[in-house]
Amino acid sequence: MGRFEGELLVRAEKVAGLYPDPRSAIIPLCHLAQEQDGYVTEEAIAHIAELVGATGAEVQGTASFYDMFKFEPVGEYVIGVCTNISCMLRGGYGLLEAASSTLGVPPGETTPDGMFTLEEVECVAHCDKAPAVQINYRYFGPVDSEGFAELVGQLRSGELDGQIPKHGTLGRVLRDAPPLIPVEEIDAERARQDGEREARAASREV
Amino acid sequence: MRIVGARLEHADSHTLERFLATGGNNALRKALLEMTPEAVAAEVLTANLLGRGGAGFEAGRKWGMLRKAKRRYLVVNGDESEPATFKDHLLVERDPHQLVEGATIAAYAIGASLAVIYLRGEFALGLERVQEAINDAYRIGALGRDIFGSGFSVDIVLQPGAGAYICGEETALLESLEGNRGFPRIKPPYFPAVIGLYGDPTIVNNVETVSNLPWIVENGGEAFKSLGSGRSTGTRLFALSGQVNRPGVYEVEMTKITFRDLIFGEEFGQGLAPSRSLTAFIPGGASSPWFFPEHLDLPLGQDEVAKAGSMLGSGSVIVMDDSSCPVRSAWRIARFFARESCGQCTPCREGGTWIDRIMERIERGNGREEDLDLLLDLCDNISPGVVWPPAQTTICVLGPSIPPAISAAISRFRDDFLLHIKEGRCPHA
Repeated sequence: MGRFEGELLVRAEKVAGLYPDPRSAIIPLCHLAQEQDGYVTEEAIAHIAELVGATGAEVQGTASFYDMFKFEPVGEYVIGVCTNISCMLRGGYGLLEAASSTLGVPPGETTPDGMFTLEEVECVAHCDKAPAVQINYRYFGPVDSEGFAELVGQLRSGELDGQIPKHGTLGRVLRDAPPLIPVEEIDAERARQDGEREARAASREV
Repeated sequence: MRIVGARLEHADSHTLERFLATGGNNALRKALLEMTPEAVAAEVLTANLLGRGGAGFEAGRKWGMLRKAKRRYLVVNGDESEPATFKDHLLVERDPHQLVEGATIAAYAIGASLAVIYLRGEFALGLERVQEAINDAYRIGALGRDIFGSGFSVDIVLQPGAGAYICGEETALLESLEGNRGFPRIKPPYFPAVIGLYGDPTIVNNVETVSNLPWIVENGGEAFKSLGSGRSTGTRLFALSGQVNRPGVYEVEMTKITFRDLIFGEEFGQGLAPSRSLTAFIPGGASSPWFFPEHLDLPLGQDEVAKAGSMLGSGSVIVMDDSSCPVRSAWRIARFFARESCGQCTPCREGGTWIDRIMERIERGNGREEDLDLLLDLCDNISPGVVWPPAQTTICVLGPSIPPAISAAISRFRDDFLLHIKEGRCPHA
């Protein structure tokens, strides 16, 4: 818990090496911390700071700006019901109420068994399927109150396990590519090619 | 006519096999092996490709403003979060290879040292699909060192956002990409093309904009420009949502159909529910001024919509019928901006919050008649004169995006507001 360990530590070090400035890895690494622990722990913040050469306060300052990062345990499934304009016009608020009564918790809270956290969310760009629901950032819609209860049932029975990983896991496809080309090398090569082209153009003019 | 959406008719449009079987990477080969970077940029300038993110700035001109420093970056903006906008969501999930091809072409044209695709964090499937497309591209020699033996090399890194509407604003996006809070930068400098990522010149282009590049390279800027009319060239993805029978993303040639066609046409929205009538629609995302039935015959063109007092923005059309409450709709839009304000500027942070609260109290039946003037006064403090295009008292345009919905609702549906206040409840509830 907390600090990256094992396979995740290897991944974290790779991510930190992807940018000309390692601080660019702060957000991806916070996602990785959530993948490990479900939320961004204080230990993870300290570890991320070490990996990118920032202070813990700087990492915390960045992370706390973003809605997707949680700083205390949340449910195994974070369920977002969109109530923004396009979903509202098609029953988003009614669905949020139904979701709340199905789960027995108001928006913003987690069920006592730790299975579900319910959130009211802003537009999730699924507006043609309004009202839309996201579960651990996997999209469903249009969803009505019966459909919502059914989804919850499927989550409880494990039927959707393959489709929806536990909270915190975003993209399951990892970068599979050769090491990055140093930007200095690309800059030098471009300067050389630009020079060649200019010389060719100049010799044509003569 | 389909350009960016051409491949979407195939169920497997996201796979490398389908991509390659439908002309994938032909444009990239052509650009890298037969054209100079300047020639590619010239075609894009000729095409008059307007940015598809919201501001509608010519992509070719933006490229032309790039400061020719030794280190430059390309950043693709896929932080799509404008309410009712869901076209990039479709593109990244359904044609990620086209995006990667377009980004590589753009990187070549501007001489990028590194390219980053910044995707909205909530797009979990999109992140998987784009990463897969990037991995595929490396595997087949379309990315990385010496692409297709052309001598051109570039890497693409995929960066997830983490839930912040403001990061769609290009300078906030760069801050976020540098590992900071998503605070828009103070202007000037107005363009990241002068000072962008890590202080170096940077081109920031939207996903749909970049996805148009392969077609433009293959068919030429003139062919693109021959579609549409005036400044509005090519095709565009329109995201139709709200109270319409067939919401969805429709690619249409610009200026060739009207809002009436889009909302009511058989091949598009197919009209409203039985016995409902249209009260208002929003032509370009939640921040654009509202349109009404008398605007239905305007063509879907950048300048045509601007001349009528609104904007085509992100190409998102939101339909409201007479069962909906205009007060509630305007309130929900204001609430969104209030919640998403980054908090740097007082007019946006405080003004947005107060408008949200006052609109809520009217909608819930606790409003007062003087609230209408109070709302307009607040709007005037955020964006002096409440004119279009909006005047700005803030670092970015998030704050000035609040007044259009409020002022449109009050001026058009004043009686509705007064009824809420008089009856002490929402008459539509």
